[in-house]
Amino acid sequence: MKYEVVMGLETHAELDTESKLFCGCSTKFGSEPNTQTCPVCLGLPGVLPVMNKKAFEHSLKAALSLSCEISEFTNFDRKSYYYPDLPKNYQTSQNYFNIGNNGYVDIVVKGKEKRIDIHNVHLEEEAGKLVHPETSGANYSLVDFNRAGVPLLEIVTQPDMRSVEEVESYMQTLRNILLYIGVSDCKMQEGSLRFEASISLREKGSNVLGNRVEIKNLNSMKAVLKVIAYEISRQSSLLDKGEDVLMETRLWDDVDSVSRRMRSKEEAHDYRYFPEPDLVPVWIDQEWIDETRTTIPELPVSKRQRFVNEYTISDYDAGILTDDKLLADYFEECVGLSQDSPKELSNWIINDVLRELNERKTNVQDFIVSPKMLVDLVKIKPAIGSSIAKDVFVEMINTGKTAPSIVKEKSLTQMGDVSELNDIVAKVIDENPKAAEDYGKGKKSALTFLIGQTMKVTKGKANPKILTEIFKEKLSAGSK
Amino acid sequence: MLSHELSANQIKEKIIKREITAQEVIEELFEWINLKEPLIKAYLCLDRDGAFLKAKEVDKKLDNGDKVGLLAGVPVALKDNICTVGIKTTCASKILEDFIPPYDAFVVKRIKEEDAIIIGKTNLDEFAMGSSNENSAFHVTRNPWNTDCIPGGSGGGSAAAVTADTVFMALGSDTGGSVRQPSAFCGNVGCKPTYGRVSRYGLVAFASSLDQIGSVTKDVYDAALLLQVVSGHDGFDSTSATVGVPDYISDINNVDGNLKIGVPKEFFGEGLDSEVGSAVMNALEIYKKNGAELIDLSLPHCGYAVATYYIIATAEASSNLARYDGVRYGHRSQLSEDNIIDMYSRVRAEGFGSEVKRRILLGNYVLSSGFYEDYYLKASKVRNLIRNDFEDAFKKVDCIISPTCPTPAFRIGEKITDPLQMYLSDIYTIPANLVGIPGISVPCGFTNTGLPIGMQILGKHFDERKILKVAKLFENGTDFHLKKPELN
Repeated sequence: MKYEVVMGLETHAELDTESKLFCGCSTKFGSEPNTQTCPVCLGLPGVLPVMNKKAFEHSLKAALSLSCEISEFTNFDRKSYYYPDLPKNYQTSQNYFNIGNNGYVDIVVKGKEKRIDIHNVHLEEEAGKLVHPETSGANYSLVDFNRAGVPLLEIVTQPDMRSVEEVESYMQTLRNILLYIGVSDCKMQEGSLRFEASISLREKGSNVLGNRVEIKNLNSMKAVLKVIAYEISRQSSLLDKGEDVLMETRLWDDVDSVSRRMRSKEEAHDYRYFPEPDLVPVWIDQEWIDETRTTIPELPVSKRQRFVNEYTISDYDAGILTDDKLLADYFEECVGLSQDSPKELSNWIINDVLRELNERKTNVQDFIVSPKMLVDLVKIKPAIGSSIAKDVFVEMINTGKTAPSIVKEKSLTQMGDVSELNDIVAKVIDENPKAAEDYGKGKKSALTFLIGQTMKVTKGKANPKILTEIFKEKLSAGSK
Repeated sequence: MLSHELSANQIKEKIIKREITAQEVIEELFEWINLKEPLIKAYLCLDRDGAFLKAKEVDKKLDNGDKVGLLAGVPVALKDNICTVGIKTTCASKILEDFIPPYDAFVVKRIKEEDAIIIGKTNLDEFAMGSSNENSAFHVTRNPWNTDCIPGGSGGGSAAAVTADTVFMALGSDTGGSVRQPSAFCGNVGCKPTYGRVSRYGLVAFASSLDQIGSVTKDVYDAALLLQVVSGHDGFDSTSATVGVPDYISDINNVDGNLKIGVPKEFFGEGLDSEVGSAVMNALEIYKKNGAELIDLSLPHCGYAVATYYIIATAEASSNLARYDGVRYGHRSQLSEDNIIDMYSRVRAEGFGSEVKRRILLGNYVLSSGFYEDYYLKASKVRNLIRNDFEDAFKKVDCIISPTCPTPAFRIGEKITDPLQMYLSDIYTIPANLVGIPGISVPCGFTNTGLPIGMQILGKHFDERKILKVAKLFENGTDFHLKKPELN
């Protein structure tokens, strides 16, 4: 492509608080419509907002985690526009004095680090939700205000991203940070994490920015990636034809996978921002910042680095483990308990634990196999062998029993007694003279067959390594 | 003396002493209302049943020897922009004509807790926008001193009711003078406390940074009584102050006459009616005789107060009134609606009166992109300059005295076609709202034609106690507050 794509992203994350931003209503998702409302979040005449301190603290924590400069003085502003899901027909947001400005997020794309600058981080209130009746020809819509007033964090980047991969990495990194610091559950299927993208194209090598198109209604990371591809193709074909890309706001249609014009630049809203007179300014002093900083856990990027250094696991594995804070915590708890074998524990978690979690659609917190149980399994593994260990793992999940108790119950300990095995091997050779002969003639697969026969006899309890040695010794002796 | 002619405190004492029951007070009051209300039209809604129910409750408490509140049995009226659970709160607007709030305003809760009896809701200029009551969507309240005259605004209903003795005391809201100006025009005591002193929760917002709930009473003592009840911090209003509330009542008469009173020249200049001017000068002489020192002041930026006010107030109003869209409550057009914009337009075109529309337009204009810096932001800066003027002044004086309004009550229809002239009627009251300081208007004389004249006393932030005392000192030496209009 002869064009370079220039992209910025606005992320809306619903903050994880018990109650709404300006009233005491619950923020629970999925309740009956309009059951979590009160005069304040319905915008009745005469009501006033009172700031939810937790929501503000969450925002401060997020701003710090995104390396923002924290404003000493923050204030709220009214953003005016008419829409039926907006009870007051203005949204209390921040415009003139955001909580955080000039931050950044470091991302890794194809092994290379890149810094994405954050323009600002600010706190605002969520709108309600329109419900359109499915009956055809219905001439009305319904509004559910349960969501109205839920605290919303908006994170705005600079137009720093140049490829789909960068955007994807940014979204994942950001989501991960928000999950790590515990300010949002980031559940996209519940609308807790949404995006707006600005996309423009310019000739490669050009310093001038092209006309920017803003796209709203991106309710998943997948939608963002789709819209980028769509817009690149749409805009480049316009430019190829020598036409202008209109500066406009478009709406993404996830069903048809197209973006459609919402309004042109001329029709853009004048939000008539002015300071919210019903709230008082919030002053953030150094003490508050320091205090908040102590509540920020190690963030994914540094954790990943530390895992590589401390546990000598691969960067790739460290990436998988730190992708989910809970998983990283699980891993570290295992390592702490076992005081040994981080590499093996990492393998178990990445291969077996993750597979089970995905299949069972659960998270590691609710996983039946506790770190202690996994460590016990790894410890007992040399005595039972890898393949039985896998069976035991499945049994642990199904029954909730520990590895030692399963092993004991089913007497799964491997036979390591050489003299006992010697007798069995001799018997197997006697019973399978053809195979023994074939091995003598150099047919390696015959050995595998013989070991398999032995395993059958021992019900899998024979140690395959020891078996191999005994067979080799016996068969080579026999051929002499 | 008929019971309705007594002050709130006097009737309360009588009720507590069981010289009269609360129910008898209500009965006699409603008889009087039936007689005089058709003349004055102060109310938008009366709650006779609710009043009797509460009166019964108060009587029962007293009969049982139970403790009663500070306003035991006192009939109170509320400006109809203060939310009352179960009673219509219309803001004198068609857009809220049938709106019944599901909650009580903070001040309503407080007076109920103190055993006041709510009589009804009083008329106002639509959404408290106006200085004459002529902007009410329902009817114009008359000035009890001359029914051809306006009672003032926006809280003309409350002031007229108190003056006509159709209630003992009332609560109003004061955004640019809406308590003090009608009180001056009707000859009663109107007090606007410091911004933040009384919770605004449940007061339907006009201009949030200027709105303050205030009292309309027959005398200064009653003002202290009512303010004592409604003042104080409220967790539901972020702008409500945490400053402690002193005792306004017990030592109200204990005031040192040796006061330093500021007399700002900007409040005695062009446009001031000569009768009003000399009444206030006479009042100042009385203070002087009591030992006060009069200090000439200049508040140089007050000349910009009205302009500043009409930028800030309309900006905030345009946003505060955006919620009246017919989606969740309020007026809905009977005409068919093709789309949501259509619906909004019809609801608002039909629901709002012309003055409200004018201010919404003005407000949207001053906030619009490209004008914000020139208007709203500049007005905010001027507001700071005016604040500084007052801060400097209060370094030298205990309080500031001026006329409440440049003229006495004008005639119905006289200024309704000239909004600018109408706006100037609040020229002396507006600065206190911009600055947030408390102010009280007390009657200080009458014109030749028998219309009351009000004097305004302004104090420092949270110094209501001082201005109440200064007002009481004047009242103790005069009888203007005792004069009653002939209601025929």
